[in-house]
Amino acid sequence: MIEKFWNKLTGSQLCKSIFRHGYEDTTRNRALQVRSNVFLHLHPVSVPEHAFKIRFTWCMGGITFFLFLVEAFTGVFLMFYYHPIPEFAYHDMKYLEFDIPFGIILRNIHRWAAHLMVFTIILHMLRVFLTGSYKPPREFNWVVGVVLIVLTFLLSFTGYLLPWDQLSYWAITVATNMMGAAPFIGHEGPFSVVNKYNDIRFVVLGSTEIGTNALLRFYVMHIIVLPAAAIIFMAVHFWRIRKDGGISGPL
Amino acid sequence: MERSKSKKHFVWPDLAFKEFLTIIALTIILIIWGLLMNAPLREMAAPERSENPSKAPWYFAGLQELLVYFDPWIAGVMIPVIIAAGLIIIPYIDTNPNGRGSYTFSLRRFAVINFLFGFLLWWGLIFIGYFLRGPNWQLYLPWESWGTVKETENYLWSLSPAIGLVCIAVYFGAGILLPPLMSIDLYLLYGSLRYVIVMTLILLMYAVPLKIFLRLAFNIKYVLVTSWFNL
Repeated sequence: MIEKFWNKLTGSQLCKSIFRHGYEDTTRNRALQVRSNVFLHLHPVSVPEHAFKIRFTWCMGGITFFLFLVEAFTGVFLMFYYHPIPEFAYHDMKYLEFDIPFGIILRNIHRWAAHLMVFTIILHMLRVFLTGSYKPPREFNWVVGVVLIVLTFLLSFTGYLLPWDQLSYWAITVATNMMGAAPFIGHEGPFSVVNKYNDIRFVVLGSTEIGTNALLRFYVMHIIVLPAAAIIFMAVHFWRIRKDGGISGPL
Repeated sequence: MERSKSKKHFVWPDLAFKEFLTIIALTIILIIWGLLMNAPLREMAAPERSENPSKAPWYFAGLQELLVYFDPWIAGVMIPVIIAAGLIIIPYIDTNPNGRGSYTFSLRRFAVINFLFGFLLWWGLIFIGYFLRGPNWQLYLPWESWGTVKETENYLWSLSPAIGLVCIAVYFGAGILLPPLMSIDLYLLYGSLRYVIVMTLILLMYAVPLKIFLRLAFNIKYVLVTSWFNL
């Protein structure tokens, strides 16, 4: 009876329209499973044996991508509870901790996954270097990867200010003061051609000091500008893996 | 090189299954981590009350550590920019065709050793900056209390501009000219322009620990003092 129901279900027009292929374990269906699925379609139908070996790939690129998804997922939930205004931001952290069901776990996962992502993306770069996977024809994908590392750092950096506690305030103070010391475009740097009201630090903070404008700018960068950029570069990164000869390995 | 002819496996279900397990394992790890450890949160930001030490997040602690030895425009701006630019051009300056897509240390000694040196230097600086620095950015070992006040700077001095200029010229001049004089291979492998770029980047990288050494061993603050900037 169950079998009859199952056959009826998988044979229905609705089911066929969604999956477009059968379920028998055949070569054709295995290929179609990847080919006709937009998410699995990141992969080729088949990959060489070494692509399965963790001691070869370290799995760090994939893990970094998954952590990005975790960040996006938990980040959206955090946005429901967060106001990017100095008077609110810190109290929102306290609400997350004490009032909102599972709020503290949400924030914890967002923070720890971010730290882990910085760590795994660095290991991914190391692995790609050690396997010489930036060599022709994969040069440009290495460049895209470096851009993604920089974006990951910037995402972490902008996120660091948002809790608006002493830790974030003074960490961002240290970092933005360094920007003020940039040559040419920082007001305290060598060969400076700007003043404190139009230098790079002012552009980043929207002011001469860290306040309401800085928090809003960091927030907007953190939730839309940098993730959007990261998504575009990731799309290119994954697509180029396929186009440049597939997963790392001799060509 | 046999790998390229190695057997292929279907992504579905072989690889997809592994990926699925990895995702589940990571999700469990993150949930447990999130349950056991709270993300740091101090008192509310107070611009009038500075933290001592005020530390950057760990991934920037290495750069912050460099502030001890370099002016902010070098530690915070030039070094990160040179690192990023240097990483980006790696595929275009490393023309060694060996070891493409496999772990082959023996065929790429030069590239791997220098990359690993920079990589470990980066982590070493992070370790010192994040774990070993206390109030006033003084060195505190993990078991030392931050309550004990440490003496600030020793007496520091700088080389005179002329000597400093000579030192820098000798360092880069010798670094770039000596290898081709001793063995021509490296130079031929890269071509002249590439060779100069490679060696400049590598010499810049080794200049960082060298400057740290000069500071710690001889109390030298600047190698070169000019009216516009100090190195």
